[in-house]
Amino acid sequence: MSQTTLLHHIGATPPEIAAALEHRANIIAMTQSAEDAVLIPRETGAWSHDLRHALAARIARLHGLGDLSETYGARVNDPALAPVTDPSKDGAAQGLAHVCAFMDKVAARTRDVTAGDIKGLQDAGVVDADIVRLCEIAAFLAYQLRTLAGLRLMSEVWT
Amino acid sequence: MTDVLTKFNRTPPQWRPRVTPVALEDATPEQLEALQVTPSNRKVSAYVLTLAHDVEVLKVRSPLFNAIMYDKGGMSRAERELAAVAASMVNHCIYCAAVHADRHATLEKDTSVMDSLFANGTKAALSPRDRAIFDLAYALAQTPPAATAAQMQAAQGAGLDAAELLDLILSSSLFGWANRLMHVLGDPVREAGQ
Repeated sequence: MSQTTLLHHIGATPPEIAAALEHRANIIAMTQSAEDAVLIPRETGAWSHDLRHALAARIARLHGLGDLSETYGARVNDPALAPVTDPSKDGAAQGLAHVCAFMDKVAARTRDVTAGDIKGLQDAGVVDADIVRLCEIAAFLAYQLRTLAGLRLMSEVWT
Repeated sequence: MTDVLTKFNRTPPQWRPRVTPVALEDATPEQLEALQVTPSNRKVSAYVLTLAHDVEVLKVRSPLFNAIMYDKGGMSRAERELAAVAASMVNHCIYCAAVHADRHATLEKDTSVMDSLFANGTKAALSPRDRAIFDLAYALAQTPPAATAAQMQAAQGAGLDAAELLDLILSSSLFGWANRLMHVLGDPVREAGQ
């Protein structure tokens, strides 16, 4: 299997888990294609590759996965966006308070999201296509981060 | 008149977007390809038309979703649906929970597991294997993920091998994704009185 963000961060695994991953190599490869589509798309809409990586680093931090947060954060080339990677910062200094608040809620308090949160973005001037793009970023990361956390736990307890 | 549903149940509702979906007549060739629209097939759900706003992701998401939920080997299809429902309960995604509860009941030819989950939540009466799958999937869906070594060992103890555990992780995690689209971008609705 070729290297992917997920495999790189899982690291070495016991042979049984490596075999299971090999059996699902198509899923691992498609997971990387999905990461590319979310973080480095051809059509970015309002969200640059840098901002997407900064948001990914922020969401990884909210999930307690600091090493993956570092990986994404290292791909943020614009130093002005570096604070966005830190969930303790609200993004206001970058003019992104509405984006950070929305992403934090979708990432960490999904069940509490309401129609009002979407309306809030629309009222702030975010067009519908860019709202969908934000949701896909948070949603894909939710999947990738849990897959990583689950596989690490599985490797840890494997006997 | 439509009602927005707020309680879990096994009957798949309609889904009403909170943003304006892509109009088929305005779709780009790339969007039409991702939507698999042909002259003889112009039926596309509001959900997929909404996701067509981000066509690069839609193109890779659909085959990935199908592979995780339906590819042969590993954990059974019904058990993958159970993991999907567990994540959907965490995220309170009424739509996903209903659709995948219905699929679980159809695959198992038995509604009792889903009925018990929706009536009793995490205290539902489940077989030891279903309990281990549900608990791990439910904990993994929390933010941050809260699955424990004891839960992983319980799943091993209930007989899940490495391939099955991988599928359990993937199917719960996948609904971390699906729920953040369905629950965030739209409402589960039903015609009043139905």
